[in-house]
Amino acid sequence: MSSLTVTDEQVTATPAKTIQPAWVRVMHWTNAVAMVLMIMSGWQIYNASPLFDFRFSHDITLGGWLGGALLWHFAAMWLLMVNGLAYLITGFISGRFRKKLLPITPTGVLHDVKAALTFKLSHDDLSVYNYVQRTLYAGIIVVGVLIVLSGLSMWKPVQLHWLVTLFGDYPTARYVHFFCMAAICAFLVVHVLLALLVPKSLRAMIIGR
Amino acid sequence: MAKRSFLIPGVDKRLLIKDSIKTMPDVTRRRFIAGGASLGALTLLTGCDVVDSSSADALLAKISKFNDAVQDFIFNPDALAPTFSESAITKPFPFNAYYDLDDAPEVDGEAWKLEVRGLVDNKKSWTLPELTKLPQFTQITRHICVEGWSAIGSWTGAPLRDFLKLIGADTRAKYVWFQCADKDGYNSPLDMRTALHPQTQMTFKYAGETLPRAYGFPMKIRVPTKLGFKNPKYVVSMEVTNEYKGGYWEDQGYNSFSGS
Repeated sequence: MSSLTVTDEQVTATPAKTIQPAWVRVMHWTNAVAMVLMIMSGWQIYNASPLFDFRFSHDITLGGWLGGALLWHFAAMWLLMVNGLAYLITGFISGRFRKKLLPITPTGVLHDVKAALTFKLSHDDLSVYNYVQRTLYAGIIVVGVLIVLSGLSMWKPVQLHWLVTLFGDYPTARYVHFFCMAAICAFLVVHVLLALLVPKSLRAMIIGR
Repeated sequence: MAKRSFLIPGVDKRLLIKDSIKTMPDVTRRRFIAGGASLGALTLLTGCDVVDSSSADALLAKISKFNDAVQDFIFNPDALAPTFSESAITKPFPFNAYYDLDDAPEVDGEAWKLEVRGLVDNKKSWTLPELTKLPQFTQITRHICVEGWSAIGSWTGAPLRDFLKLIGADTRAKYVWFQCADKDGYNSPLDMRTALHPQTQMTFKYAGETLPRAYGFPMKIRVPTKLGFKNPKYVVSMEVTNEYKGGYWEDQGYNSFSGS
C-alpha cells in the first residue's frame, strides 16, 4: 500500500505535460469521423458521373446509391463545417496555430525532410512540431478550407456564384473538390502510418499526454 | 472485398433483397429503396449488421428536411443564374432520364393540353398554340445534374411567373406541382418562390427550334436555380397547392429543395 501512495505522490508531483489540449482532441476525432463519412459518401457520388476513367468500389462507398450518398454527404457536411470552423477560430484565437505551425522556413523543411527520410527525425518532444509536421498540418488546413469552399460552390452555384468564379467555373470546382479529396486521402495514409510508427503521438491525441 | 454475410448459405443477402424489391408494387418499391438506402452502407461502416437501420434513415431524412429549410432561407429570389454566350453551348446537349430515349414519351402536340388545377382563378386547359403566343424569352444557362455533370443549353419560353399571374394563381401557396407524361408518371414539386423566379421558364424551344422529344416536347419547365431533376419534361399538368405531394425522385431520397 505504501508503495502505491508513493507512486501517487510522484505522479502529482510531476504531472505529465499536456501535449494535446482537450479541445484539440475532441475536434480532431470529430473531424476524423466527419472526414471519413464525407470521403466515403463522396466516392459514391463521384461514381454517378466519374471525372476520370475509374469508379470507386461499391464496398468502400457509403450510401448504397447516389441518393443515399447525397443524404450522408449533406448531413456530415454540417459536422465537418461546424467543427472545422470552431477549430479555425480556436486555433487562431488561442495562438496555437502561430505557436505550433510557425515559422515554416524552406531550410527548416529541407533539413527535416532529409532527417525524416534517413529516420533521424527526433520525436522526443511531442509538443514541438518539426518542419515536416508544420508543413503537412498547415497544408492540410488549407486543403480543408479549399474542399469546403469548392463543395459549397457545387452545392450553391447560383446563390454563391461569386465563389464559383473564384475557382473559374462549375466544372473546375468539381475537379478542385476531387483533387482536395485526393490530397486529404494521401495525407491520411502518411498521417496514420506515422501515428502508428510513433505510438505516443497517438496516445497524446487520445488522452492528451 | 468486404465480408459478405449470408442469410441462407450460398445466397447473397443483397441480391435476395434486390430480387424481392422487384416484386413490390412500384410506390412501395420506391419508398423501400429510399428508406433502405443507407442500410448496407451503415453495415459496412460499422462492420456489423445493423438490424434496425430505421433510426439512421430517420435521422438522415430529418437532416434533409433541415437542409430544405436552410436552402429556402438562403435562396435569394433576385439572384440570377449566370448566363452564357452561344459559343459556350454544349454540343450535343445530353439526353438524360431514367429510361432510354426510345422509351421517351411521344406526345401528340395537336391533342396535348396543359391542365391547370388547384388554387387558381382560371382552370381552363391550354393548347400548345395558345401557350406559344405568350411573350417568350431565350436564356442560355448551365443545367446541373444531381449526378454532378453539367451542360450549357439555350432554352426559349414564357416566364412561369407571367403565366401564374395570367391564370390568377394564388402565389401565396407553397408549391406548383407538375405532372408529366413520362412512364411511371414523373412528377415534381416546385416551391413557389422558385416558381416566381424571373428565370423560371415554361420552355417550348431548345436552341431556337421546337423542343425536341429528347428534351421534353411539348413543354418542359426550365429552372436554372434547381438541379436537373427539378426541371420536369413532357409536362401535362400543373397544380398550385399548399400540400406537399412529393415527387418521383424526391420520394426516393433526393433532397426536395435541391436548389443551386
